[in-house]
Amino acid sequence: MTDTVGIVIVSHSKDIAKGTADMVRQMVGSEVTVAFCGGDPDGGLGTNVSLIIDAINRAWSPKGVAVLVDLGGAETNSEMAVEMLQPERRGLVAVCNAPIVEGAVMAATEAAGGSSLEQVKAVAEELSAD
Amino acid sequence: MLETSKANGQNIVGSVRLVHENGMHARPAVKLTKLAKRFKAHISVRASNSVDWINAKSVAKVMALRAARDSILEIKATGEDAEAAVKALMDLVAADFPDGGP
Repeated sequence: MTDTVGIVIVSHSKDIAKGTADMVRQMVGSEVTVAFCGGDPDGGLGTNVSLIIDAINRAWSPKGVAVLVDLGGAETNSEMAVEMLQPERRGLVAVCNAPIVEGAVMAATEAAGGSSLEQVKAVAEELSAD
Repeated sequence: MLETSKANGQNIVGSVRLVHENGMHARPAVKLTKLAKRFKAHISVRASNSVDWINAKSVAKVMALRAARDSILEIKATGEDAEAAVKALMDLVAADFPDGGP
């Protein structure tokens, strides 16, 4: 299914990333592609630019990809990952300023209805608006 | 408790009892929002003890309803498919948000 915005979850912890992805799949359903990554390559806490790039490419949709992150480095590494994508994909990825679990569920719910990347990002960010 | 009434020429209004044991929590809210988005009509919901109508297509707002079990949920829609939208949403709530919907 490629006509819905894809969702990527980037946490410092692989368990949190996987658990969040599980929640999205169970609560929203399978019409939205969800990919996740978390932890450093040695199995510790952290985020990794190349793992984020892989996750974005796994969740890829022509409508774009919304990325939900947890703390500090997850956001900066996600922004770095976007810059390292193929040029034609860069403009179709949005890193959302939203709480990771709630934002992922809201974003996926919006995406499931066929909304644009801008709409999906706006819905995720509604939570941090006030 | 299913009932559909035409408030005026355009507004379709229905009310339905929330039978879910946990009230309007996260999963039902996602299901209600996803279904609402399938319709073109502008759809609002409110718990019957509340004054404000909220947009049924906003999952954040529907989750924030915090409607308890056995409360009455009111659904209002305007637009070309308003009647079908209200009926579908009432059916979803009355059937207690079954899994594997369309």
